[in-house]
Amino acid sequence: MSEEVKNNIGRETDSVVTGDKVVFQVIAIVIAFVVGALVLLVTGYSPIDAYVSMALGAFGDIFGIGQTLTQATPIIFTSLAFLVAYKAGLFNIGGEGQFLMGAIAATVTGIYLEGLPGIIHIPLTMLAGMIMGGLWGLVPALLKSRFDAHEVITTMMLSYVAQYFTSYLVNYPFKAPGWVSQTERLPVSAELARILPPTQLSSGIIVALALVGLVWFLLNKTVLGFELRAIGFNPTAAENSGIKIDRGIILSLVLSGAIAGLGGAVEIMGTHKRFIDGFSPGYGWDGLAVALVGGLDPFGSLLASILFGALRSGGMIMARATGVPLDINILLQGLVILFVAAPAAIRGVFRRKD
Amino acid sequence: MVTVTDFINAGLLAAGIRLATPIVYAALGGMFSERVGIVHIGLEGVMLTSSFAGVVASYYTGNPWIGIIVAVLTGGLISFVHAVLTIKYVGDQIVSGTGLNILALGFTSYMTQIIWGNRGASDSVQGIADIALPIIKDIPFIGKVIGTHSPLVYLMPFVTYACYYVLFKTPFGLRVRAVGEHPTAAETAGVDVIKTKYIGVILGGMLAGLGGAFLSLSHLNLFTRGMTGGRGFIAMAAMIFGKWMPFGVFASGLLFGLADALQIRLQSLGILPPQIILTIPYLLTIAILAGFVGKAKAPSDYKPYKKE
Amino acid sequence: MIPAINMKGITKRFPGVLANNEINFTVEKGEIHGLLGENGAGKSVLMSILYGLYRQDEGVIEVDGEIRNISGPSDAMSLGIGMVHQHFMLIPSLSVVENIILGNELTKNGLELDYERMLKEVSEFCDRYRIEVNLEAKIFELPVGVQQRVEILKALYRGADVLILDEPTAVLTPNEAEELFMAVRTLKDEGKTVIFISHKLKEVLNICDRVTVLKNGNVVGTVETVDSTEESLTDMMVGRKIIYEFERAEQPEQKKILEVSDIEALSDRGIQALRGVNLSLMNGEILGIAGIEGNGQTELIEVLTGLRGPTKGHISLDGEEITEKNPYERIRLGISHIPEDRYKRGMILEFTVQENMILGSHRDRFTSDGITLDQEKARQHTIGLIDDYQVQTPGPEILIGTLSGGNQQRVVVAREFSREPRLIIAAQPTRGLDVGATEYVRKKLVEMRDQGKAVLLISADLDEIWALSDRVAVIYEGKIVAVRNIEDTSEQEIGLYMAGGNDE
Repeated sequence: MSEEVKNNIGRETDSVVTGDKVVFQVIAIVIAFVVGALVLLVTGYSPIDAYVSMALGAFGDIFGIGQTLTQATPIIFTSLAFLVAYKAGLFNIGGEGQFLMGAIAATVTGIYLEGLPGIIHIPLTMLAGMIMGGLWGLVPALLKSRFDAHEVITTMMLSYVAQYFTSYLVNYPFKAPGWVSQTERLPVSAELARILPPTQLSSGIIVALALVGLVWFLLNKTVLGFELRAIGFNPTAAENSGIKIDRGIILSLVLSGAIAGLGGAVEIMGTHKRFIDGFSPGYGWDGLAVALVGGLDPFGSLLASILFGALRSGGMIMARATGVPLDINILLQGLVILFVAAPAAIRGVFRRKD
Repeated sequence: MVTVTDFINAGLLAAGIRLATPIVYAALGGMFSERVGIVHIGLEGVMLTSSFAGVVASYYTGNPWIGIIVAVLTGGLISFVHAVLTIKYVGDQIVSGTGLNILALGFTSYMTQIIWGNRGASDSVQGIADIALPIIKDIPFIGKVIGTHSPLVYLMPFVTYACYYVLFKTPFGLRVRAVGEHPTAAETAGVDVIKTKYIGVILGGMLAGLGGAFLSLSHLNLFTRGMTGGRGFIAMAAMIFGKWMPFGVFASGLLFGLADALQIRLQSLGILPPQIILTIPYLLTIAILAGFVGKAKAPSDYKPYKKE
Repeated sequence: MIPAINMKGITKRFPGVLANNEINFTVEKGEIHGLLGENGAGKSVLMSILYGLYRQDEGVIEVDGEIRNISGPSDAMSLGIGMVHQHFMLIPSLSVVENIILGNELTKNGLELDYERMLKEVSEFCDRYRIEVNLEAKIFELPVGVQQRVEILKALYRGADVLILDEPTAVLTPNEAEELFMAVRTLKDEGKTVIFISHKLKEVLNICDRVTVLKNGNVVGTVETVDSTEESLTDMMVGRKIIYEFERAEQPEQKKILEVSDIEALSDRGIQALRGVNLSLMNGEILGIAGIEGNGQTELIEVLTGLRGPTKGHISLDGEEITEKNPYERIRLGISHIPEDRYKRGMILEFTVQENMILGSHRDRFTSDGITLDQEKARQHTIGLIDDYQVQTPGPEILIGTLSGGNQQRVVVAREFSREPRLIIAAQPTRGLDVGATEYVRKKLVEMRDQGKAVLLISADLDEIWALSDRVAVIYEGKIVAVRNIEDTSEQEIGLYMAGGNDE
């Protein structure tokens, strides 16, 4: 890998978040909601009604909480995926593609390996998702390592390839009979059980929570995590300490892809039970946003995922109850990201107030 | 019996040109931004917002040309925000771009519902009608390909040439290229690096806005939720495939447009799965980046410029 | 005769160092005036002040007899002062003429670049100063020597009457250097004034009319080159200094730890940086490699630590061939490295003291199962070393970026020495450190030596070399040009070799 590229790994330390992270994250979120409230006001809605309705919808009862967590689950995976790559200084913005590839791999494994007892079938199906996602991360990793190809572009391109390819698979070879572009249903042995009926919440959330802990452990307690963080902060010094940069980059992107792929698998196994063309409303992109809002920390990502999940599920309730267009929650998401992206700007505002 | 001429014909090529138009404009816009060293992942959001703004303007004034102007200006404005976040505050370019994309989707969808109700689309508005070129449209085959198109389509080669002219024949273009590649050297030569970066990004946004305007005021004449459908990202691929050079970008945009037209045609014929065709442009872009098809060196290293 | 430049009483202080101390420096119109001195003598600082990159703390600058306030390069340029830096300010994908006129573009009809006119104007300059360059070639296509001439042309085009050349031959081949000298002589013929910063005696004697020697921020003197020799200049440059004495314990058994044969290597820019280096190092000795920076030291260190592959040659450690081994393997084989740039290579600012302390051996010594880090062991290890090496820090969990430079270096040294290495490569180990920290690091190096380790000390500070080394070698233009036992040589002799004199 060329010197030039080596020097371009690693983030500028004044980008996104440093220092008193939590305070600024919260401020960013608050400001975003304030701006959102202004938009609501200007277009003739009561922000208080809207926000209260959203909050109640998301957390007010068991059904709400269940749906919130259901919506949050895939985002936990994709945000962790982005995080793992980011810690090594890499921008994996192809989480959506890795998610989808994991989902289709799990679907196929689930359907075609019938007759296995659940205790084998479930882990096998999840593994298929991880492997496929990991492969989808391996390609950009190798391209960067061998050809200095910037991963921002290669991961994004592969994401599109994944979208079209899975769409093809679902519309042709693996299509179930009928009008809908979807596969057959997964056999029960490959399903993740619903744990909170009548909500859609499955044991997938447990996998997600376990993964949060695992990622935290990986980054902070293992040799590999140590090396990845070293590469992310200062690849030159890392190289000097004998750390193999190429290996680190490849591992980081493969792990990242595998986590996203696992997310796709879990989403199919737990929530949808079959692969429906276009089932993902952009979980990969959400993951990116959530990782940033969460301060690039596994537990922060968990909290931010729940926030975004709440926006989605609460948003649906709010739309029905108050008539506010559902898209306000997407608008809020965008605002949150932008305000998180300019911590320096926020800091500037505060300095002027002093 | 299906023959080759059933799907590769003049109609296909004409459709390809039409589908290429928004991509070419957006890609030219992205090119300017990247040429001053700013990655513009938010191109998608810029296009979408411009599409929307154009429709709103046409809706309230009844004049599609005002719509076009508003769309172009909107593109510049949104890009200005991106520029502020990334030039002045050295915010991560990727983060800012992503935020803009999501915000654009949310905002335009929300406002569409506010203005026109919950249909996922706006009312039809006054659009730009296609024009037919006399004499040319009667030439066999070629006439069918290029004879009848929107004025914005015919504008494409001129805008492309204008980009080439500005970039390679004017002092401003020289400074743009200098600033993107080696801002410190440009600074010591007395070039106002920060100002040049701002102008580059805003100009790029305006071009992308033109692409967005085409979608909602010419190709169709209404706005639908998320109507850019990832074209902003395709434009980025076209930009890279075209090696950040105006004519290259133009050509690769046409290629992507053609692929799009081809897959639609194939879909109706039911021969090859359209999705597979659609992956080709992306795989090609990856191949280019890997150096399989000629070396693609980005015009800059995207590092934020810190003034000494 | 009014001098072109007259700098009077220039003083400039940086934290911890007096870079220029009441310097008087006069340059006559139409002369080629050399500025000679070792690293840290203050030459670059002085010229940076003249060019407006720094402000002097005290003193005045007169240009053409009038006192001037130079607050930035554009001021300097408008006064007719131009500077050609070591790192070129050229844009690779643009052509020569485009680089030269950038910022002062000529247009026809106000919109379009008028290449014809620009080419004509610039080529007039080329003719006048007899600089041969293909104006339409792109910079990246041109060899370094030609690029430098473009820089000179650029300065001339912007109206420079006084040209400051900062170590211009550092990046040139001997042939290119000759061409440069011809160009410089032409400049003089055309009435330009040239200030030639260098540490190379031969060149200065060759091209300059007069030369001013700086040492430790002071002017030693200004002499005519016709009246000078390499020895007389070296005397002025190096002089007599206080030598610390360290006890040198006798070593029982001497065996060769490091053998470097015929190493050739390219630099990052693709120029030949090492042209056949031969070295050997015994256990229990400190071999000091003296030399002005930029003569291949960095590349040599990289080749020895495994960060750069040589194009030719072999390295063996205690008889074992290691030329093909990567940094990880070399660390395991017992090579420790104190990098010359601790910020870039030596430590990770965003890591804690503890994390920095285990870098390099984290995989081998601080994990029990190969997967998880043994944090407790790392902590104990760090606390112990903080104590041993007297690192001033509230604790091992503190971010290393908050420590002072001296304490940061202590951590680096502690880490590298505590690995029980066989070979220690110490590059500019006391750079940027205060007196106390400097003393400490040097003491530790001698300790390592006494314990039987082999130490390779690379330093641009001749004092340091003298204080610590058993043997001293000089690296010049990518070759080892002299190796002596410390008792058999003098600072003058070494200084002479460092500046390229006395070819063997």
